[in-house]
Amino acid sequence: MSNEITIKIDGIEYKTQEGEYILNAARANDIFIPAICYLTRCSPTLACRICLVEADGKRVYACNAKVKDGMEVTTSTEEILEERRAIMEVYDVNHPLQCGVCDQSGECELQNYTLELGVDSQSYMIPDTKREATDWSSVLHYDPGLCIVCERCTTVCKDMIGDAAIKTGPRGGTALDKGLKDTMPKDAYAMWNKLQKSVIVPSNGTGQTDCSDCGECVAVCPVGALVSRDFVYTTNAWDLKRIPATCAHCSSGCQIYYETKPTSIEDSSEKIYRVTNEWNYVSLCGAGRFGYDFENRVEGKDSEAFGSAVAALKKAETIRFNSVISNEEALMLQTFKEKRGVKLVNQDAYAFQKFLKAYSRPAGKLLYGSDFKEVMKSDFVISVGSALRNDNPNARYAFNNVQKMNKGAGLYFHPVGDTLVPTFGKNVECFAHKPGLEEAALYLILDLFAKKEDLPEKVVSYLDGFHSKGRKTIKERVMESITETVVDKETGNAKEVTKKVPKMVEKEVEVENNALVTLLGGSDSFADTFEKMMKKKERFSLIVGEDLYFHPKAENLAALLAMIESTCGMEVVMVPPKTNSLGVALICDLDESPAGYTVGYNEPGDFVLSALGDGDLDMPAMNQQEGTLTNMNKQVTPTNAALEYHGYELNDLMSAVGLGRHLTVDWTPALAEKRGFQAFAFDDLPNGYSNSGEEQRGYALKNPGKRAGNNMPQAFDEDMALDGEIAYRCNPQRQFNDFSDKAHQIFETFALYASPERAEALGEKVEVDFGSGTLACSVVADERMEGDIVKIPDFKSSKDIYTLFGRDRYKNVTIRKV
Amino acid sequence: MSLEQFKNRNVGSQTYKMIESEPTPESGMGRFGQVVKRTFKGELFVGLYVTMREMINALFIGEMHTVKYPLEKLPISPRYRAIHDMLRLLESGHYRCIGCGLCEKICISDCIKMDTRYDENQRKEVSEYTINFGRCIFCGYCAEVCPELAIVHGGRYENASEQRAGFSLFEDMLTPIDALKDQKEFDGFGAVTPNADNAIKKTPLAY
Ligand code: SF4
Ligand code: SF4
Ligand code: SF4
Ligand code: SF4
Ligand code: SF4
Ligand code: FES
Repeated sequence: MSNEITIKIDGIEYKTQEGEYILNAARANDIFIPAICYLTRCSPTLACRICLVEADGKRVYACNAKVKDGMEVTTSTEEILEERRAIMEVYDVNHPLQCGVCDQSGECELQNYTLELGVDSQSYMIPDTKREATDWSSVLHYDPGLCIVCERCTTVCKDMIGDAAIKTGPRGGTALDKGLKDTMPKDAYAMWNKLQKSVIVPSNGTGQTDCSDCGECVAVCPVGALVSRDFVYTTNAWDLKRIPATCAHCSSGCQIYYETKPTSIEDSSEKIYRVTNEWNYVSLCGAGRFGYDFENRVEGKDSEAFGSAVAALKKAETIRFNSVISNEEALMLQTFKEKRGVKLVNQDAYAFQKFLKAYSRPAGKLLYGSDFKEVMKSDFVISVGSALRNDNPNARYAFNNVQKMNKGAGLYFHPVGDTLVPTFGKNVECFAHKPGLEEAALYLILDLFAKKEDLPEKVVSYLDGFHSKGRKTIKERVMESITETVVDKETGNAKEVTKKVPKMVEKEVEVENNALVTLLGGSDSFADTFEKMMKKKERFSLIVGEDLYFHPKAENLAALLAMIESTCGMEVVMVPPKTNSLGVALICDLDESPAGYTVGYNEPGDFVLSALGDGDLDMPAMNQQEGTLTNMNKQVTPTNAALEYHGYELNDLMSAVGLGRHLTVDWTPALAEKRGFQAFAFDDLPNGYSNSGEEQRGYALKNPGKRAGNNMPQAFDEDMALDGEIAYRCNPQRQFNDFSDKAHQIFETFALYASPERAEALGEKVEVDFGSGTLACSVVADERMEGDIVKIPDFKSSKDIYTLFGRDRYKNVTIRKV
Repeated sequence: MSLEQFKNRNVGSQTYKMIESEPTPESGMGRFGQVVKRTFKGELFVGLYVTMREMINALFIGEMHTVKYPLEKLPISPRYRAIHDMLRLLESGHYRCIGCGLCEKICISDCIKMDTRYDENQRKEVSEYTINFGRCIFCGYCAEVCPELAIVHGGRYENASEQRAGFSLFEDMLTPIDALKDQKEFDGFGAVTPNADNAIKKTPLAY
């Protein structure tokens, strides 16, 4: 696909890739072409038409015309400039003169292009339409008066996020004077004609969006029309200090900017006002965008508490922590373990670490082969064992984006029915199999995609065992010829007329039955569907998630994955369970269960170090410290302190026991002693994107290979499937840990989540009996869930949910109404 | 400007009155004679008389030539840059400030601070506003940048205070609502130019 070609832009030669849009080719070479409606990674909508250029003498739109070898592009001619000026004039018609209060405050593309194109007078007019500002959800605020209907919000919501929760709706404006068609530039007319007819509305027909509340629409809006409710009129963009960071809520590790300013006139301490992102290259979820105020404000150093913390560390036998922790802190804990022989317990990373090890042996490399940037380039994506909507938003965005942008297809294997995933594309097949049958799903992938000659014979014959020939009666429409005798009324002659009429006949055909498909709950016609899905597909990718790491047969699953990678022409990407589980798994040598005197770090323990402010010694939260995080794309990314912190850090504790370094970030180069990491100084790590969208953040983990070990996966046991009442450990959307929960704009509560029918049957409050313990919680209906399995969140560490679930993610439970 | 003006070096020759003075004596005798003459001429008493006359005029007749500060103050030029005023809209009486924050941004000595919020009427409300007059250098940038002619320089020029910092709040500077009818437009920096109407192109409106 990536053939390098040469094009000429304004007479100068540039290199670019075949299949690239002219606009992107120009941007990658630092050439400016005005463009409003286009979003990198989404489909061109041609709403603004301002990206007009001339390519080989023809007028084309730079955002949707692809480059050809030797193409000559002219970015502006007098005629094009006139067209662009007219477009900007039209955008300015009836646009309220409220830049003075507008939240876009100088970051406005409408302002920029109006000035850029030198629009200093208005030639068009039309009566205005009354449009009132509304709140679409708990976070979204829409002012249609400011909206220029560029459709960036609807595009990102559909093509990237997958919710398609907003669309263009009728504006009720006066129709354009048809005469204008001849008198004004034609693209400007076409743009105006559409603009005058539309505003943006929630797609569900109500005034409220029913979506994931990711706020990506707010981010992409070029004007002040879409703003987060909390931010409206609180500050100007130019007053905010931008701190490049890495979101610490999930393993996606998105690049974000914390934007801070003093709280108020009375309180001069810095406060985070909003989180922004490079929306052309990275999409956030609601937790990252709105869950930013989880800092731990402390007055000063509490030396007494520090003293007891040092004493507690000295007598500690176990340190219990979770993966909302930087690589540096993980290395500190590991160093402490090496010197003091304590146990390190981290429940989310432990299973993942074991799984990685089990995978690494047969696969012959340290880490999984692919990442989500690669997934986005594929055209067939499969997900096994990940609650796509909840576990990792960017895994889901990638799954959705493949459907929308690459004319892709997808297979989604997950026991908990989801109503959103099937809407991502018409070529998405969902298998709501029973929990425990993940091995069967991987076997089915082998069956469908593996080159049989690469598979060990044993596996081939095992797979063949699932195939059987059967006969099936199907209904078929056939055309039948009927011959009738018609008598011509006038002549009286009888005539034979033959007509063809459709008729349904039953027919018996020979079919291939695949017992794996049936076992996984696939439809009978899957073979045909699959054939259609496979048409013109070239690049395949496989996403796997936490269900596999917490599976009783995790090792076998890991072996199957290694086999899939080597025989199916697709590489695997794993979704680490929590923020820095991958980093922790690589750095720390973890133990299964705690024993003796336990120091908890953001986890329960006999002595608790807490960044939540509820422990025995305060620690800085992730937005108050610098360090690096390892994300699911195998990238070690830096994050900076957005807010001040006046207390003690983990490094101070390490110093007190003789293991500390001068600064926390002095541990960054020392990470190199762990496999995969490299010796970079923290201050040398970049954190941004280039004009061509290349990610320049930290460094990529090395993935050293070795000789692949012997690999012979075992057969699966159908009886592993769980039946009966099942609870699934899974967080609601936008909720990942205690920190997202602490943020004031994240409202999702700690409760049992169930499909609407199930929730109604369960009533308001229930008690869930896990056998090893019980949990009382309220019931919340999740409109997007289907089926009987209920979800129990694990984001509150105080509830100790991991212990209730034990080594599993699915658990048979008894639910009692209370 | 023509060069003629520069060539005329008789500065003020038209309005100044030249004092007619005697020629300076050349000889020693002449100088002595001048001293004796001046000593006995009685000019001293003329001076004393003038002083007495003015004193009597001021004290008993009420004709005073100086200003009785601080009881009286001289009017100052409308372009003088003294302590700021916050003006109101004449029609509605609402304060003019829209909370755009431009004055806060432009202020060269960083002495303006403001907080804003989204109010119940879907407008931007200035919830808090201060100027630290201990730092203000009265440069007038804030008045010049203000798009609403809201912040202007007023006539209060007594800035002496016991402390380095001296904060004024929005309400301190805002025209009292009962004094709205006496509110004066500011003619200084940032005021609308007399020919503003001719300088703009009008936007066509369709209704
Ligand atoms: S959207 Fe842009 S042009 Fe419109 S009021 Fe806001 S800043 Fe001004
Ligand atoms: S709300 Fe913003 S992003 Fe959406 S169409 Fe309007 S201007 Fe474009
Ligand atoms: S929570 Fe995850 S997906 Fe959401 S912004 Fe943060 S890192 Fe990205
Ligand atoms: S006069 Fe100058 S220094 Fe004083 S508040 Fe205005 S801008 Fe600031
Ligand atoms: S510049 Fe004028 S309108 Fe803007 S905040 Fe200052 S006083 Fe208010
Ligand atoms: S950017 Fe190409 S049409 Fe809008």
